[in-house]
Amino acid sequence: MTATAPPLGLLAELTHRCPLRCPYCSNPVELTRVAAELDTATWARVFGEAAALGVLQLHLSGGEPTARRDIVELVAAAAQAGLYTNLITAGVTLDAPRVAALAAAGLDHVQLSVQDADAAGAERIGGMAGAHARKLAAARHVTDAGLPLTLNAVVHRQNLDRLPALVDLALALGAQRLEVAHVQYYGWALANRAALLPTRAQLDAATAAVDAARIALKGRLVIDYVVPDYHAHRPKACMGGWGSRVMAVSPAGRALPCHAAESLPGFDFPDVRTMSLRDIWEGSEAFARYRGTSWMAEPCRSCDRREVDWGGCRCQAFALTGDAAATDPACALSPHHALLDVAVQAAADGGFTYREFARAAPPG
Amino acid sequence: MIDAAAIPRLARGVKLREDTVRGRWIVLAPERMFVPDEIALEVLRLVDGARSVGAIADDLAARFAAPRDEILADVTEMLADLSARGVVVA
Repeated sequence: MTATAPPLGLLAELTHRCPLRCPYCSNPVELTRVAAELDTATWARVFGEAAALGVLQLHLSGGEPTARRDIVELVAAAAQAGLYTNLITAGVTLDAPRVAALAAAGLDHVQLSVQDADAAGAERIGGMAGAHARKLAAARHVTDAGLPLTLNAVVHRQNLDRLPALVDLALALGAQRLEVAHVQYYGWALANRAALLPTRAQLDAATAAVDAARIALKGRLVIDYVVPDYHAHRPKACMGGWGSRVMAVSPAGRALPCHAAESLPGFDFPDVRTMSLRDIWEGSEAFARYRGTSWMAEPCRSCDRREVDWGGCRCQAFALTGDAAATDPACALSPHHALLDVAVQAAADGGFTYREFARAAPPG
Repeated sequence: MIDAAAIPRLARGVKLREDTVRGRWIVLAPERMFVPDEIALEVLRLVDGARSVGAIADDLAARFAAPRDEILADVTEMLADLSARGVVVA
């Protein structure tokens, strides 16, 4: 067996706390409470271990990462470890002094989410009154601090028609990049799928809008955009392949090959409190289980794209087929591919189940 | 065309770092990274927001004992390419 190549990225989900309640949140349906979160010293050790292992880029995410009181200390620890540090934030908790402190601590880049192009739409989707204006102010603080800004727009049935306005917003805020991220359907988003899946006509209009904007704005704004799974013929190389490029760590310290992997049954994910990142990456069964191609069944096993898309997303395969080792149904070669069309046909305008900490039974 | 008197600097958010684990240098930027080739690396290591394009050419011409005009032409072309890719501002 050849040595396992080290990861390039670490996704640190610092907390599940967030003032927003987006119905497509990628956090697990069962959210981790503050008392179970890793402490400052443990995260700092994890960042040092990550850099020694070969990680180059760190993504500080959540929940809302700035809900951590020690976020400036954590950024400083990441910079100290030599990691290129990216803050993925909703922005509603960022004022000018906080952003300046983060920049001084060595933050390299800010990715700011918006839920829609206008306040009314954004605040209905995000479930927080007053959020949109605070985000616009946060964007200004970021560019004032001299930090590069990416605007991240999560798009779906209820905002996709405003994509041209989202491009205008990215320009107005001084963003260098715009990520147009289609909702991925597991966890909270799967519970809200019928209200979130766009129609084919919406998607075609959005794709045309992106193509036109890319040409018109060449050299001014980079737009990242990928056609979503439910309208695609081939799956995405989820995380660049399981255990291949990225390690995620949950707020409670579980090391995951993908931030949604806790939705998969039959795993005991390694704990960074008791195992080093190197031992987890190179030696754990959880990271080895779907690494490479030897775990694959047909139609992946003999497919000439098996090292292109690595079988797609394990979480989506499990959510839709009940088998985490199945071919991702986003692939037209999957026997379950028709499930996606059925879901698109069944989608309709409607209300949401908002994200919240569990009171009794979670939705699902 | 980039003037010899221009002072190039790395674009906002772009960092040149040594990747000690893999024994190479790497350019890190928001949501991307790439490994510069040998010539790009020599140029990027001299892009410090203080040296002019001409001064970068002087340094490389002396170190590699090569004709300064040829080096200047190569450096100018390299910086134009890196500028088009959003890595440097010149």
